[in-house]
Amino acid sequence: MEHESEKTPGDTPFTVPILYTQGLTIGYQTKKGVLELERDLSIKIHNGELVCLIGPNGCGKSTLMRTIAGLQKPLNGDTVISGVDVKKMKPHQYARLLSLVLTDKINVGGMTVLDIVSVGRYPYTNYFAKLEPKDHEIIEDALDNVHLNDYKDRFFHELSDGEKQRVLIAKALAQDTPLVMLDEPTAHLDLPNRVEIMNILKRLAKETNKAIFLSTHELDLALQTADTIWLMNRDAKMEIGTPEDLVLSGMFEQVFKSNSFTFNKHSGSFKVVHAIKGKVSLSGNDVYSIWARRALEREGYEVATDSDWFIKVQYSNDLWELNIHNKTYNCHNIAELLRTLRQEMSLISDST
Amino acid sequence: MVLIGVGSILCLFLLDLSLGSVKISVEELFRIISGNASKKSWEYIFFNFRLPKAITAILTGAGISVAGLQMQTLFKNPLAGPSVLGISHGASLGVAVFVLSSTAIFGVTANFQETLGSWGLILFAIIGSFLVLLGVLLASSKVSDTVTVLIVGLMFGFITGAIVNILQYFSDPELIQNFLVWTFGSLSGVAWSQLKVMGPVLVLTLLFSLFYSKEMNALLLGENYATGVGVNVSRTRLKLILTTSIIAGTVTAFTGPIAFIGVAVPHLARLLFRTSNHKVLIPATMMCGMVIMLVCDIVSQVPGAQTTLPLNSVTALFGAPVILAIIIKSKKMKGAF
Repeated sequence: MEHESEKTPGDTPFTVPILYTQGLTIGYQTKKGVLELERDLSIKIHNGELVCLIGPNGCGKSTLMRTIAGLQKPLNGDTVISGVDVKKMKPHQYARLLSLVLTDKINVGGMTVLDIVSVGRYPYTNYFAKLEPKDHEIIEDALDNVHLNDYKDRFFHELSDGEKQRVLIAKALAQDTPLVMLDEPTAHLDLPNRVEIMNILKRLAKETNKAIFLSTHELDLALQTADTIWLMNRDAKMEIGTPEDLVLSGMFEQVFKSNSFTFNKHSGSFKVVHAIKGKVSLSGNDVYSIWARRALEREGYEVATDSDWFIKVQYSNDLWELNIHNKTYNCHNIAELLRTLRQEMSLISDST
Repeated sequence: MVLIGVGSILCLFLLDLSLGSVKISVEELFRIISGNASKKSWEYIFFNFRLPKAITAILTGAGISVAGLQMQTLFKNPLAGPSVLGISHGASLGVAVFVLSSTAIFGVTANFQETLGSWGLILFAIIGSFLVLLGVLLASSKVSDTVTVLIVGLMFGFITGAIVNILQYFSDPELIQNFLVWTFGSLSGVAWSQLKVMGPVLVLTLLFSLFYSKEMNALLLGENYATGVGVNVSRTRLKLILTTSIIAGTVTAFTGPIAFIGVAVPHLARLLFRTSNHKVLIPATMMCGMVIMLVCDIVSQVPGAQTTLPLNSVTALFGAPVILAIIIKSKKMKGAF
């Protein structure tokens, strides 16, 4: 494969692609005509690479995923997986190259975890889906990978959302494909489960050399785990690069910029912008001051480290000292601090 | 579980042979089979009425239940079934056209009944049920909501019912009488000559259904997942529609519309076998269907009395409460499926 060597976005530290597209144009037919979401995409996914597709709502993430997964036809262009054009592929061939974890809800009672994961072996089994010893081994391995060995005979509908998602990942692993595609695998999960899912996927990419392609709204997690980020934009062309390159080039900020929050290049996180009521001087640099700063910002104060402002906050001896116009109040916790601040400020505004 | 199933089918089969307006003891049954009947009339009753009726019960029970299961998986709807979605009504329309046609629309010359016989009856019923099923399926691709699809089926039922009424209005009283008796549903109307047609058709389609477990399991996870594991969803759908219409059409043609068995039995099977895996569920549903149908037939014969009850009412009395229970539990409707 020829490989353009650009300095910033577009470049990834991988060489041999398992999937690439040529002039892929995605979108769909509407009553009013053709709606093009992305035009002339040339994208690649490599073995062992964890690709995160991110972008604001409505930019066409799902359409891109559905198109690559073969659930929707492209408007134009080709997708090539493992050297074969998907247009020329039979369904069962496709199923041996690409496995899916979707957001479709599975409303089914009476299916055990084993039943569901066995479905992953369908591209390989006979008419009765008979599992050979080798199939059992692969299913066993798949369940190992998502830490669900003891769950084989549990009913799927009785599991938690996080466990269900892991079962579906195990199903995709049982399908034993070089490429695994997951549509928002961390949606509806709590933080520990989100992190666990991402860790599992990251580990799988490294250990099994599978290419893993997922879409997500978790910018934070994507920045921390992805090898490559595909940054979709509603208006401009999709940007591709390592998370770091995309942050440094300002692309990340540009796509998600908004009036209500800012992206902090240093911490790599987004910060909500609050309306500003006034300024507060805050001294100290320990963990107590950090959380006091967050509380004050949330309350609508800009926090300054110089001591020029008439509201001052300082943490010492297990107490927050609030100083307004040289009157000092000792507060035991943040709630008390904010309550006192509100009371005093409303008195001041009443008297003026 | 399988042993219990087979055992109860055998017991009920014998019971169904033995009970009726004339009681034939089980020992007598064996004597008749070995050719040493105590009474010639018993032998006649046994071979010409009881045996075809019991065989019909087994075939229709298994058939209509599997058709229900296929529709529940196809529509991903726990309340789907031949009688609920208007499929039986479609078959009725076919039968009505077939039975009533001589005077109603085509004039006396087009008396299908005489020219086509049992095969014609089956064909008309299958075409009727296929058309309605296709209609419901098309409508359900526009609306995915479970209950809406049922209402669509109901409407199709009304439409076909209306056409049947119009046909009746213009028909010979005698033919109407025939048709009305048919709508009550009965297994005893099936004689050997008809069983010769119905038996092979049902046995074949039931055997085919056993091969669908893999695709049906994949469909349980949704069309996208099914496509993702290499299942050709539209072909599977077509296979299921065809099989369902053939089974529902054939059964309805000969026994009349049998209400609610198709909806209720698959749930019974899921409950008893605690699984939705079609590899188990398809044979389990067949087994439960045979058992329930034999029971319904025995009940409809009102053992010891000279009268019989319409089969359709007996199955409804059994099936409707099951459906009510499912609807009342509808919070868990998804889990029940």
